[in-house]
Amino acid sequence: MRPFDLSQLSKAHDVRFAEDDPTDEKLPWPQFTVADLNFYYGSHQALKGINLIVPNKRVMAFIGPSGCGKTTLLRTLNRMNETVPGTRVEGSIRLGDKDLFSFPATRLRRVVGMVFQKPSPFPKSIFDNVAYGLRLDPAIRRNEIADRVEKSLRRAALWDEVKDKLHQSANGISGGQQQRLCIARALAVEPEVLLLDEPCSALDPISTAKIEDLLFEIKNLCTIVIVTHNMLQAARVADYVGFFLNGELIELNRAKQIFQNPENQQTQDYVTGRFG
Amino acid sequence: MANAVLATPEAPFESRGLDKKQTLWERLRKGDEVAHLITLAGGWSILVITVLLVQHLWVFSRLSRHAFGWHFLVDSTWDPVNGHFGAWPFVYGTVVTSLLALAISIPIGIGSAIFLAELAPRKLSNGLTFLIELLAAVPSVIYGLIGIFLLIPFLFDVVPYFQRFFGWIPIFNGTFYGVSYFSASIVLSIMVVPFIISISREVLIAVPVSQREAMMALGATKWDVTWRAVVPYARQGIMGSIFLSLARALGETMAVTMVIGNVAQVSTSLMAPGYTIAAVIANEFTEATGDLYLHALIELGLVLFVVTMIFNALARLLMLTMKGHEVVG
Repeated sequence: MRPFDLSQLSKAHDVRFAEDDPTDEKLPWPQFTVADLNFYYGSHQALKGINLIVPNKRVMAFIGPSGCGKTTLLRTLNRMNETVPGTRVEGSIRLGDKDLFSFPATRLRRVVGMVFQKPSPFPKSIFDNVAYGLRLDPAIRRNEIADRVEKSLRRAALWDEVKDKLHQSANGISGGQQQRLCIARALAVEPEVLLLDEPCSALDPISTAKIEDLLFEIKNLCTIVIVTHNMLQAARVADYVGFFLNGELIELNRAKQIFQNPENQQTQDYVTGRFG
Repeated sequence: MANAVLATPEAPFESRGLDKKQTLWERLRKGDEVAHLITLAGGWSILVITVLLVQHLWVFSRLSRHAFGWHFLVDSTWDPVNGHFGAWPFVYGTVVTSLLALAISIPIGIGSAIFLAELAPRKLSNGLTFLIELLAAVPSVIYGLIGIFLLIPFLFDVVPYFQRFFGWIPIFNGTFYGVSYFSASIVLSIMVVPFIISISREVLIAVPVSQREAMMALGATKWDVTWRAVVPYARQGIMGSIFLSLARALGETMAVTMVIGNVAQVSTSLMAPGYTIAAVIANEFTEATGDLYLHALIELGLVLFVVTMIFNALARLLMLTMKGHEVVG
């Protein structure tokens, strides 16, 4: 796959992969290429003509007021929305160079992992929680599991805190630890992409900081797309930020650009706290 | 609003009436104490009723207890004419029919509940659940009639074939008269399956979406989500529905007595007729002549009470150990 140009980031429908076009920044190959995406809940249109590219091994954040469609877009990227009755997708999404909808949904979700807003550990032991995804795959041998659980917990910066209580219930650890456990669980199957839907909105600032540190650690392993209401968080963790309003992608650019010198007036108003 | 009770120099607390003692009427009107009393009375009444029940059973079974002692439990002779009473055939019949009924109804009940909660369209599910709950409200004598007029003729056609192949197994051999432990178990299982379905369905539906989605996001199939996330999460509620069914099966009287044959004997074969505790009390209580006979029947009631208690205790123990396993991993 060919690198692409920053100016093409929000213009997936006419991306020209210019090989010899001199640009200031060569982006790696696109992880997701979303073109003319419309999304409907019944008759309500939640996403209107979205075009964007999510670059590989970068952190992209979606910001915007509640109900602007950012979570809907995130859940479309691993086809979680398919499980909600009455939803409809138009347009195309590519994962790498393949059509997202050509995969079986269950295989796609092993490549595109997801962490939800509310920590949702299974009522099992800490070890079993991380091993859950591994056990779903018959190709993973039983004796590998313990190693991969440890590796994954280390990546999620949780190993030192839980190594002595791996076989205790996951409901007994703090909310922040539970959320890192959920990240460990998602990382255990070694996904290419990790989608995070407001992962810190239920956590205190210290737990939030730990999760942000963790995102820095894992961003060389996988592409990260994060939805957040916290603009400071977007500024801290994201390489690129997309601003959504009423189902439209208003502006997508480098994080610095969005927060310091946005091109669009609505973006300017939102990031400076004048509305939303 | 916020400063309504703040004391100011112009309006100190005393003048707001906060230091005044409330009258009884004011306190009652607030509702807290009334609710407290009502719930307390409710709680105590359960305890009082249970204690009175046991006390009554204990006192009015004394002749039988004194005459037979512990031997009553293991004696299989039930001979009212000669005044010799033993509870074993009834205990055996009660336990065997109830457990067999559960063995039949648990897979059907949980399977149906999973279908209704996870697979069926919501409208169909609600419609079917309404019908199932209606089944739970059918009087047990009706189930007894169904047993006599539908089930037993059907079993008469089927069982001989079955016995031709499996008759060598002790639990299936012997002559089949229609009325049997097996017939009673089937009728019981039909009676308790609505409980298992409707309660299990409720708890399955109540499993949070977050659990399902977390599982799905790991690449789980629909079946994985149901079997590895939803059912384990709902397990306690499902177990609860099974215990309730067990209690109902142990105590069921009318339907069982109509199809079990009412013969006070102990047979290894499920195809043989038998008797249960509840059935013998209902059948013989009005014709019990003599105090010893009456006291023996009441002692049977006491035994049924204890058997039910033991099963409940075992069930709770099972639940606790399962919880332990889950955490140990």
